[in-house]
Amino acid sequence: MDIRQLERGIVQMIAKAESEIPPDVISALRKAYDSETGAARLQLEIMLENVKLAKRKRCPLCQDTGILTFFVSAGTGFPAIGILKEAIERAVVQATKEVPLRPNTVDPMTSTNHGDNLGYFLPHILWDFEEGDEVHITALPKGSGSENMSALGMLSPGVGLEGVKRFVLDCVKKAGGKPCPPIVVGVGVGGSADLVMNLGKRALLRRVGERHPIVLISTLEKQLLEMINKTGIGPMGLGGKTTALDVHVEVAHRHPASLPVGVVIQCWADRRASMTIHKDGRWGVQ
Amino acid sequence: MRLPIPLDVVKKLRVNDVVYVTGNVFTARDSAHEKMRAMNPKDLPFDPSGMALYHCGPLMKQEQGTWIAVSAGPTTSSRMEDVEDIILDRFDVHVIIGKGGMGERTSKALKKTGSVYLAFPGGAGVFAAEIITRVSQVYWLEELGMPEAVWILEVKEFGPLIVAMDSTEQSLYRSP
Repeated sequence: MDIRQLERGIVQMIAKAESEIPPDVISALRKAYDSETGAARLQLEIMLENVKLAKRKRCPLCQDTGILTFFVSAGTGFPAIGILKEAIERAVVQATKEVPLRPNTVDPMTSTNHGDNLGYFLPHILWDFEEGDEVHITALPKGSGSENMSALGMLSPGVGLEGVKRFVLDCVKKAGGKPCPPIVVGVGVGGSADLVMNLGKRALLRRVGERHPIVLISTLEKQLLEMINKTGIGPMGLGGKTTALDVHVEVAHRHPASLPVGVVIQCWADRRASMTIHKDGRWGVQ
Repeated sequence: MRLPIPLDVVKKLRVNDVVYVTGNVFTARDSAHEKMRAMNPKDLPFDPSGMALYHCGPLMKQEQGTWIAVSAGPTTSSRMEDVEDIILDRFDVHVIIGKGGMGERTSKALKKTGSVYLAFPGGAGVFAAEIITRVSQVYWLEELGMPEAVWILEVKEFGPLIVAMDSTEQSLYRSP
């Protein structure tokens, strides 16, 4: 299989993720626009106008094109698993020039920015395997404004779900206008310190408005959304009814003595795009 | 409003006012703030007097030797909270454009120096790039890289900007 063919497809996916936001997010922003007044409404108006402009000009809608995370689910029958990592890395370098992306990877020891968006452990690739011969990849570019507001809580299990809600609400209040609300909140509950943060980020892959299939969890999502929107933080922290567009919770079983909670906040520009690569190398970006 | 905005006009601006600015702005984020803090105004390679300070790390591209802004919305202002009062004190800068708001220290410095903080929605990068008519100059690009460099930009009717913090210590942001 030609690696350049895969690279092409991945560049297309990155370009789409950076310049278009998914329809579910746009309709949630429109709904928020209809319900707000004053400064809040004005913020949403500019956001929606920006979404249109970015799509038309095929430009990254935010200058912070983020750190790229790729969620890869590879069919074990796919004949070229061995070149996927290299194809993704090459695509990131190419997309940086072509889309273009802002060079965002900086050496943590020297603060040097070598300009290609590669680096130790970056782009971040999360691997998963499935039966079949196709590969599914989702790209999640995420800016630092929202990522800096992430938080891990290793709570005492005694605080229960009420304690989980308090922790999430505190994070959102502390973040205020900084992560570019209206935000989407990904929450992980359970597992371990590293797993719960991963779950929080994974939760962001769900569409805005899509509830968890387990009723106990979807109830928690609805309660959290209501609590967050009562804070009055509003679009860009200027006050208003819409602080979050949605809350998604993903869970893992926990140790009896641990109650990890991972909060991963996404900005209003909730960018993501996916692609499928077939066993013959043909690909399609969704 | 045309930059530089006369000080008596800046002082009259109040939270919730909506303004559009035309003229020169310079971008500065964490690293540029640190460098400016350590320098005397006469040693700076550019003169920030009268320009608006824009918290922004733009996405730029170069075409035939000319820099063009692709996406250039504001960055999170609160990261500059520990330095901004020193910058306002030392340099002749009275207009800050950013997003997400700043804290009490900056609020006091805005009062002391008769300055304002104007908010523009984060993420609205293409919208903001459209009003940049010219990238006049860039400083510290090699050393700091594209997002952290100081870019001097000519803007035309940059806005709508909301006065989110004024020179009377009023702020639209609530404390957590």
